[in-house]
Amino acid sequence: MANLKFIEVQHAEMVFETRKGSFHALTEVNLTVEQGEFITLIGHSGCGKSTLLNLLAGLTTATEGALICAGREIAGPSPERAVVFQNHSLLPWLTCFENVYLAVERVFGAKEGKARLRERTAAALALVGLTAASSKRPNEISGGMKQRVGIARALSMEPKVLLMDEPFGALDALTRAHLQDELMSIVAKTGSTVVMVTHDVDEAVLLSDRIVMMTNGPAATIGDIVQVRLPRPRERVALAHDPLYIDYRTRVLEFLYHRQARPQKEAA
Amino acid sequence: MSAVMDSMMGTPAKVALEKPVRSARLARQGVKLSNGKSRMAGLALAVMPPMLGLGILVLLWQILSVNNTSFPSPLVTWVEAVRMFADPFYSNGPNDQGIGWNILASLKRVGLGFGLAAAVGIPLGFMIGRFKFMAGMFNPIISLLKPVSPLAWLPIGLLVFKAADPAAIWSIFICSIWPMIINTASGVQRVPQDYMNVARVLNLSEWKIFTRILLPSVLPYMLTGVRLAIGTAWLVIVAAEMLTGGVGIGFWVWDEWNNLNVPHIIIAIVVIGVVGLILEQALVALAKSFTYDEAGN
Repeated sequence: MANLKFIEVQHAEMVFETRKGSFHALTEVNLTVEQGEFITLIGHSGCGKSTLLNLLAGLTTATEGALICAGREIAGPSPERAVVFQNHSLLPWLTCFENVYLAVERVFGAKEGKARLRERTAAALALVGLTAASSKRPNEISGGMKQRVGIARALSMEPKVLLMDEPFGALDALTRAHLQDELMSIVAKTGSTVVMVTHDVDEAVLLSDRIVMMTNGPAATIGDIVQVRLPRPRERVALAHDPLYIDYRTRVLEFLYHRQARPQKEAA
Repeated sequence: MSAVMDSMMGTPAKVALEKPVRSARLARQGVKLSNGKSRMAGLALAVMPPMLGLGILVLLWQILSVNNTSFPSPLVTWVEAVRMFADPFYSNGPNDQGIGWNILASLKRVGLGFGLAAAVGIPLGFMIGRFKFMAGMFNPIISLLKPVSPLAWLPIGLLVFKAADPAAIWSIFICSIWPMIINTASGVQRVPQDYMNVARVLNLSEWKIFTRILLPSVLPYMLTGVRLAIGTAWLVIVAAEMLTGGVGIGFWVWDEWNNLNVPHIIIAIVVIGVVGLILEQALVALAKSFTYDEAGN
């Protein structure tokens, strides 16, 4: 039986102290995520969606409120909550294999032998279709491949939650579509719980079980949540004409461009 | 596809025979080929200016020596240099040794002082960069002592070690430690936050952070510090040896000045320059091989 309250965010507030004074980024954020659910956070830039993701990752600590994952308060970063960074953040002096191995070794090194660790690393790279590139350095492969290594590194840790910060944001449209499909099939296989930040409406509707839409900052909060009841596996070409898909898409667009129209100059 | 491959694979020798070289084919199509001149231009441009610069320098030197009888001409100096380098490793007691021995003696001092400075300075730089507390502790001391000429430390060295040689090494140690500490520390502070976030998410141990993230990331900065340090050390050794005496290129220059042997002084200046250049270039090459392309996207 899946845990219905796998991740809980209760009354989270985030205030950054900057040189120009304090900046209230998030206010009164409440969210529960089921185990195995795919959640996307969407909103205009500067709305605090990455801030919320960093709170879930434990990279920053909420000023007030509680964040709970699997019955435990989130006190800091942990391999249980793997992060796929927007700019992939691979270490340029390690090969793809070594980049993934570093993560595998950290999580399973205490219990398992070297051979088993190498097996796990190879399996993670195979999952994202990069077996052939495993001995290459990050600067020798394309942007899409780097991002896949980042995903492999995150998945190799067998995390309870996969946190993704605009993982496909810097990729071209075709590569992005390809990786979205791959991500869907991987998540279907592993049953991972995923929280993903995006600014792409189609990506949000295609991938999500629920789309969490955030209001504009400062003091951003969750404006509305759209439950996406499209059957899986989803296929992008077929969905393009699906009235339900178009309806969800319209609702997200409606929220972003009518209810939360991008604030004029003041934000820029 | 495979059929095409087969047909291509089947007759490689024949294809090679029938196919004239590319330039000939292009020429037959009426393409006007560029002659060798334009290809040589790059090389000429790389060699010409430095040669011209050196030529003008020698010319000025010649003019100077014509008008000033105490100053040796380039030719006299050259003949002297040829004679000297014919036997660089002779030894007639401690006060009369070949230039090779003098250079080696200086290099040995620099190597020792510099090596000790690296052994102390680089780990210290890492700690200062990694831990705010250490930075707070050492930064005022470094700021205070860094601007002091290393030669000002020479008397302290003489006092403590009661000998000229360790005192010279001590001066080298002092002058080369600052750039190594400062560059290593700033390298550690400039490790991209992304990499540190990876370390935090993976919850890496301090040792793994050091070997897998800090060290490779800081290495280029560290080597810059090492390069600056060796440059300064080589500057300082000449002055230090002038003060301490013994065998060494600096003292040799001073000795030749006392003998009023000006050609030898000029030779020494060139030799010091060349050795400094070689040390610097060796470290630049080393640094290059340890610099990783920042992978964009």
